[in-house]
Amino acid sequence: MSAHTKGSGGDGMKWVGRSIRRLEDPALVQGRGRFTGDLPSARWVRFVRSPNAAGTIKSITAPEGAMVITAADIKGVKKITPMLHKFNYKPVGQPILADGEVRFVGEAVAAVVAASEEEAEDIADLVEIEIEDTAAVVDGRAAIEDGARQIHPEAPGNVILKGEAKTPGFDDVWATAAKIIRCDARSHRQNATPMEARAAHAAYDPVSGRITLHCTAQMPHLMRTAIADCIGMPESDLRVIAPDVGGGFGQKMSLCTEYVLVTWLARHLKTSVAWTEDRRENLIASFHSRDQYVTLEGAFDKDAKLIALRADVLSNVGAYSCFPTTCGVEPLMAMAEMPGPYDVQQYQCLARGVLTNTCTMAAYRGVSRPVITFTLERLMDKAAKAFAVDPIDIRRRNLITQFPYKSAMGLEYDEASYRETMEIAVEAINMPAFRARQQLARDKGEYLGIGFATFSERTGYGSPAFAARGMAITPGWETVHVTVDPSGFVEARIGSSPHGQGLRTTLAQIIADEIGVPPEMIKVIHGDTDTAPYGWGTFASRSLVISGGATLIAARKIRAKLLKIAGHMLEAAETDIVLEDGKAKVAGTDRDISIAAMAREAYTQTHRFKGEIEPGLTESGTYDPPGTFSNACHVALVRLDAETGHVKVERYLVAEDAGRIINPMIADGQVHGGVAQGIGNALLEEIIYDESGAILTANLADYMPPTAHEIPSIELHHMETLSTQSITKAKGLGEGGTIGPPAAVLNAINDALTPFGVEIDTIPATPQRIRALLRNAERAT
Amino acid sequence: MTDKATITLTINGKDYAIAVEPRRTLADAIREDCGQTGTHIGCEHGVCGACTVIVDDAPVRSCLMFAVQAEGKNIRTVEGLANGDTLHPMQQAFMDNHGLQCGFCTPGFLMLAVGVLEREPNISDEDLIDVLSSNLCRCTGYQNIIKSVRAAAQEMRK
Ligand code: FES
Ligand code: FES
Repeated sequence: MSAHTKGSGGDGMKWVGRSIRRLEDPALVQGRGRFTGDLPSARWVRFVRSPNAAGTIKSITAPEGAMVITAADIKGVKKITPMLHKFNYKPVGQPILADGEVRFVGEAVAAVVAASEEEAEDIADLVEIEIEDTAAVVDGRAAIEDGARQIHPEAPGNVILKGEAKTPGFDDVWATAAKIIRCDARSHRQNATPMEARAAHAAYDPVSGRITLHCTAQMPHLMRTAIADCIGMPESDLRVIAPDVGGGFGQKMSLCTEYVLVTWLARHLKTSVAWTEDRRENLIASFHSRDQYVTLEGAFDKDAKLIALRADVLSNVGAYSCFPTTCGVEPLMAMAEMPGPYDVQQYQCLARGVLTNTCTMAAYRGVSRPVITFTLERLMDKAAKAFAVDPIDIRRRNLITQFPYKSAMGLEYDEASYRETMEIAVEAINMPAFRARQQLARDKGEYLGIGFATFSERTGYGSPAFAARGMAITPGWETVHVTVDPSGFVEARIGSSPHGQGLRTTLAQIIADEIGVPPEMIKVIHGDTDTAPYGWGTFASRSLVISGGATLIAARKIRAKLLKIAGHMLEAAETDIVLEDGKAKVAGTDRDISIAAMAREAYTQTHRFKGEIEPGLTESGTYDPPGTFSNACHVALVRLDAETGHVKVERYLVAEDAGRIINPMIADGQVHGGVAQGIGNALLEEIIYDESGAILTANLADYMPPTAHEIPSIELHHMETLSTQSITKAKGLGEGGTIGPPAAVLNAINDALTPFGVEIDTIPATPQRIRALLRNAERAT
Repeated sequence: MTDKATITLTINGKDYAIAVEPRRTLADAIREDCGQTGTHIGCEHGVCGACTVIVDDAPVRSCLMFAVQAEGKNIRTVEGLANGDTLHPMQQAFMDNHGLQCGFCTPGFLMLAVGVLEREPNISDEDLIDVLSSNLCRCTGYQNIIKSVRAAAQEMRK
């Protein structure tokens, strides 16, 4: 890693900025992680799922004596009905078990309860569901054709959501274009595929009457609110715990019907009830993403400067809207952020979410931006070709360089480094050398290609951003309680709920710098609604920015209190005291006192501080920032086998700017993981439905996440533009890695395809798709 | 279908006398009947490798083997890797090189890598990537897993 700094530089911090080992690891490498599926249970659930994509349930026949729950048994349980107050949104409700009608293959129709998982499975195989089949609507475009069958009566024409935007001067500027460049992009359906599938375990406590639900959630508090709401139970009777969670990537952010049912069953049966999803269920019935058609047109002036942008975004949102973000999660973000890092003040967009007989669409790492970035970056490369300028040059002409910048949609971009990160990448790549190598290879019938992608990633946004979308649930803020206990050890209780991001370590680093104790003395407690404050969990590259900010606020208050205590105990002026190495020291003297000793006094000798401080050593911080923008330039170098259509990514480079980096090792790991998912998204991963709405990719051999073979070594360069919109100066980077690869890889493939005169604007760019293009080209010549 | 066989599994040197249906996978028996939940299940169809354990010195996918087939064999799982408080060099290398994020795939990768390196301590970089590509990780992008295993290989050769 090489670092480039832009901004005010370091603040002499001891822990922030260091690659310390993760505090979470010792348990995990010893097999001592605690995952939901590890818990024993008295009862197990197996869901009986619809084999049909659309139709009416005629009968459900259960074997004699078996406990099989259907919609009729849970009459009082409310449907999940996510709300959005704008964009012609049509609220539709999702029943916890299909009620009368089925709307996608995999929809839960009944739940079998038995003493073991195997028994539940055996019984489920014997449950007979008779469904009167109706023709399914599977494709997003087919769903809006005249006469397409209605998925829900509430949403005529199957349009559940429609957002429109147009800047006032658009038509006039559009008319002056020297060239209009168009890109028709298609992103097929994908699945986040966390290695741990979903799981829920609900236990009834006969003494208190409370239910404890362990589940694989990214947002435990909101799960509690939503589940209690559906079931109609006091929220305080429900405790939700997200223990160790084996990856989420957005899939574990939305409320799923299964958790509601498992909780209801535990309450109803007064015992423990568990469900562990199998991989097939996860692939067909959890949540999908990315299924979109995007048409993007750019109006360029004679100097290849983009002057107006027009977008049509059609998202296939599946059979229902997801809670809490709603199905606006992809189309509305696309509408708001489409111009990305480019300076263009005229913009028009039509963004639609359409219902189909497919699994519900929800957030997946990168949300919308992998697709908009790939479309926008293809447009730039096409424009470069049309104007006969270099792809890098066209970006130089169009990237935003003046900050703060107000986008055509009114978003405020804070200081970023779009141009600088690209130049770092350009320099690291050595373009002339590559072009020479490419030519030599071509002469031998080998096809190399290079592709660039520049993008901005909106991160760490607080509640106003969600309010602007009209969401009934506006997540955003975070609260953190920091306590120094009477023994001098520190705990931070956070509302965020990490699942692999190393937040226990990075937040401990932030606290360590403020109050002068080493990170090993700091415990970060999360994921349990009984012990952590209400918060919004972990998604959208937010935790380090928002929870980190709240942590800093709380830690600063603790620091102020410690300085007061030290002032009294050491009889020194507060301004002369430094906190470090677990001690308060009087600068320039050998007088000091341990933080443990001060903590003890703060609880047991409160009279000594003359009413100047509150007893105890707990402080809270709440933070709700406006949001910031990380940015990056990704470069992919690919080798295309024209005989087979196979693409190998040979080199991958990322020049990234996520503001202040708290722990470089962890930051790099986040980027690596994101890039690997993005390469999978670009080349391999696809959920395929047939016309009847059945899924043909229901196992991991057919739905292909990349392996160590497909991922090249990833070269990283960091810049640190210190954010003024984030008090820790850190910008988020959880998703960034995933956003660039579809664009960079597709541009690289198209560069390699140049001699054949064909282009591909579809992800994943599978060998079959590439071969089909090449065959057509051969036929044409 | 529910006739149970009484078998003894030897896991990390300890015997577990259990009664399982013949169809019970080794993965389920290790986790549920023997309570060793460090071994994870990510697919149950032999693709992800999360369930990898070492049986008689070879890494195997415990979801593809029946518990009854493992009777009398020496089974090693992630819980048995460390020597008391001293971590196995592979565990240490994963911590030092950030070879894990959520940690769900980690036990499978640790057992795969240990099993392979015990048999082939001087494995080439190319073959190593070949072997590691038999397990899936969705978090790390494999970069730091490869780095960790290389570091551990050096350590194990000492
Ligand atoms: S669980 Fe055994 S290979 Fe996936
Ligand atoms: S660390 Fe999460 S799947 Fe590998």
